[in-house]
Amino acid sequence: MMLPEMPAFARSIDPMAALYDGIDVKVKKQLADVALNAARAKGASYADVRIGRYLNQAIITRENRVQNIANTESQGVGIRVIANGCWGFAASNNMTKEDVAKTAERAVAVAKANAKIQAEPVQLAPQKGFGEVSWKTPIEINAFEVPIKDKTDLLLSVNAAAKAGGASFINSTCFAVNEQKYFASTDGSYIDQDIHRIFPSFVVTKIDTASGKFQSRKSLSSPVGMGYEYLNARPQDKVAGIVTRYKDRYDMLEDVKSATAEANQKIKAKTVEPGKYDLILDPSHLWLTIHESVGHPTELDRVLGYEANYAGTSFLTLDKWESKKFQFGSKLVNVVADKLQPGSLGAVGYDDEGVKCKKWDLISDGVLVNYQAIRDQAHIIGLKESQGCCYAQSWNDVQFQRMANVSLQPGKTKLSVDDMIKNTEKGIYIIGDGSFSIDQQRYNFQFGGQTFYEIKNSKIIGMLNDVAYQANTREFWNSCVAIADESDYRLGGAFNDGKGQPSQSNAVSHGSATTRFNGVSVINTARKI
Amino acid sequence: MAILTKEEAQTILKKVLGFSKADECEVGLSGREGGNIRYARNGVSTAGDISTLGLAVTSTFGKKSATSTIDQFDDLSLQTVVKRSEELARLAPENPEHMPLQGPQTFPDGIGYVPATAAITPDTRAEAVAKSIQVCKDAKLQAAGFLENTTSFNAFMNSKGLFGYDKDTDVIFSVTTRNAEGTASGYAARGFNDINKLDTLSATKVAATKANGSKGAKAIEPGKYTVILEPVAATYMLENMFRFDARQADEGRSFLSKPGGGTRLGEKLMDEKVTIYSDPYNTELPGNTWNRDGEKLEKTTWIDKGVVKNLSYSRYWAEKKGVKPVPGPSNIIMEGGTASLDDLIKSTERGILVSRLWYIRLVDAQTLLLTGLTRDGTFYIENGKIMYPVKNFRFNESPVIMLNNVEALGKPERSISVESYRSYLIPPMKIRDFTFSSLSDAV
Repeated sequence: MMLPEMPAFARSIDPMAALYDGIDVKVKKQLADVALNAARAKGASYADVRIGRYLNQAIITRENRVQNIANTESQGVGIRVIANGCWGFAASNNMTKEDVAKTAERAVAVAKANAKIQAEPVQLAPQKGFGEVSWKTPIEINAFEVPIKDKTDLLLSVNAAAKAGGASFINSTCFAVNEQKYFASTDGSYIDQDIHRIFPSFVVTKIDTASGKFQSRKSLSSPVGMGYEYLNARPQDKVAGIVTRYKDRYDMLEDVKSATAEANQKIKAKTVEPGKYDLILDPSHLWLTIHESVGHPTELDRVLGYEANYAGTSFLTLDKWESKKFQFGSKLVNVVADKLQPGSLGAVGYDDEGVKCKKWDLISDGVLVNYQAIRDQAHIIGLKESQGCCYAQSWNDVQFQRMANVSLQPGKTKLSVDDMIKNTEKGIYIIGDGSFSIDQQRYNFQFGGQTFYEIKNSKIIGMLNDVAYQANTREFWNSCVAIADESDYRLGGAFNDGKGQPSQSNAVSHGSATTRFNGVSVINTARKI
Repeated sequence: MAILTKEEAQTILKKVLGFSKADECEVGLSGREGGNIRYARNGVSTAGDISTLGLAVTSTFGKKSATSTIDQFDDLSLQTVVKRSEELARLAPENPEHMPLQGPQTFPDGIGYVPATAAITPDTRAEAVAKSIQVCKDAKLQAAGFLENTTSFNAFMNSKGLFGYDKDTDVIFSVTTRNAEGTASGYAARGFNDINKLDTLSATKVAATKANGSKGAKAIEPGKYTVILEPVAATYMLENMFRFDARQADEGRSFLSKPGGGTRLGEKLMDEKVTIYSDPYNTELPGNTWNRDGEKLEKTTWIDKGVVKNLSYSRYWAEKKGVKPVPGPSNIIMEGGTASLDDLIKSTERGILVSRLWYIRLVDAQTLLLTGLTRDGTFYIENGKIMYPVKNFRFNESPVIMLNNVEALGKPERSISVESYRSYLIPPMKIRDFTFSSLSDAV
């Protein structure tokens, strides 16, 4: 489930410390071998170790001031074992050889304590060892190497533009993440990875003091698996339309000017008449609907009941997949899971249990064809190997199945947003993500947005307020009647998708082109207190 | 060992402050030890045992400040962390809202630490979960649950001589019970400082009874209904409201903002049966006795008989507005009555009993309109009796409107939020005209 707030960061460090390269890879290999040997010596039949150094930087501003600059670092070792057929895990920030060995022994002790109440022994899909390999997010500019002043200047200029445009308040932030993680296992892999993500964003608020009404408009940026180059705007990445939207680069200053104008318009926009509308959904909005209604229900651990106590199960039960004819959506609907897509949040070389990442189909021509599974689940759906989507948010959390990038494929024939609007009699064009909620089996959902444009007789006639749409997942995806072509394809994403107990955060992207759904129920969300 | 005594913490903090050359310096030290066990399909899925200890140094020159941290405790590491924070503070932009550090004062000890909880081992957790799994096996249900215990301490000291130390323990447990066909589901959640109060067997029996009673749910029309929210449902709904922030209200962007400007402090905003306060010394729900701004936390009433009695003022905002600072709550207690859940059901002519709510998110900040769904046991009540299970609903409702429509409140009990896992003391409540906007097929 998407969490309502940004993830809590770890302890703070200063920016210079963030540039330190971390522990030498030879030392990490030695520590990893200590952990693996100690686990084996205590009776583990399998062990893996993750030596992690996680850096975060958050710059938080409002109006004309910088509220906080926090550089945080978290470093330690997490060890997972199978002993007596049961998983055990232990973690510590103490990284001497003695402490690492003790942590491995604790993991084995946890596994043995729990084996007494284990229902069935863990079955791991085979995984060959890769030896010593490495992978790095192909960034152009390391966000941690960009001077703090450049970032605060950018955010404060964004804030100044909003105030000049009449905004009552503006909050802007830039988050950067660098996961330096080293994985080793008794399968013979020693994998060193350096992963980068960045998320610049803002919220403009306009207040009408006399009426007490206020409205806000969020940025149309996306969190991405890129470096600071994401903020170097290029003309070819701008998508023209009623508001400019962005592909692989983002123009924050341009977007805040649009956002301020739109927040002003939202205050005066007419309230929506509830009823059925044809919805035209921009990728900046649709990514979240894909995330909740396609990404989560195709996670195999949910299908099997492992998430029943928190995030829930799934309506996409095994019998539907086994039938090979469960019509999840219309024939236009093709969805892929992809851990390789450049610029995406989920792109890595290897997952957190040493499996090389890949791309696979989930929905083909509207039919459910596959799930997302990891090593201890693969056998359940007849796979000989994991699909490589195992992840832990930090060294001190145990890894488990997390969502790959799940994306709706663009239409195969040429189709623009203007063409869709021309063919719409009564509709709403929605841009940006807003409120979101879905039930624990992923049937019933409700989504809001940032801006809503009323379409009447083939034309946009103005802005609407108080819009949210409700639908049943399968009915919604079967009402999909048009998908724009590849030229409109863009990524959106979640920086903080929550799942598991204790809850862990995952970052994942979702691509799509603008898509039309016919006859969806829209409610009016205005109330008086 | 990640849990230090007051004296051990004091020794380290004094040593670190001795290295400081800044105008002002504050040092925080915190440690956490604990473990968890997770189970599903009547077997263990994952489990862990984790300990961490960390130190944070904030140095200030004028109105420029910065923080640096470390998790190594030799003298060289401690000197380095102080030096790093001072170097960064000199580079930081001035913060016009910076407030000077507080001077010495005495904070009373908290009451949230229970040695028995601190002594939990992996075997203790496994035994507690084994009882829960056995209940489900006996009831021919599948259990999925989670148990986590934490012992933590926080200490801080500043260059003006202020020192604070707090230590507490916490254990949370939740279980979802489902039948093999996927047509029935129940839930129970518990949270305590004291492991001795946790009974996983009886909690799982409650969940199992709900699951077996929820088979064959009927679809009834969505619309406005009288609802009885069990504490775990009410807690999650109200958790979104417990930010009584004066600044947001003054700025005009909160449900506590007054049209035309100012806040709704002193206005009657809810039914007169509603009183909400915080009290760190409540024995059922102990809270922190101080916060990181160096403020002492005491009993504070936020809503008194429906009237907004206090808003939280940071030291900066209080100075700007010329009022006394009011620290935010470290726990939340809502007063109720003496009625049991059964009493509330018996007094209901027609209504819906809601066991749990799910995936609550803000729809409109102006009115605090929330959407979410019922889950794991939703039942139709007629003439004071539970008649049959009903299919789950999506709701669109504001907790502010809801607390205007209070028919009756039961006896408050300690309950945890199903999303944040924070504990609250909240009564079961009967609410009229609660808005269900659609049906869900989810079980």
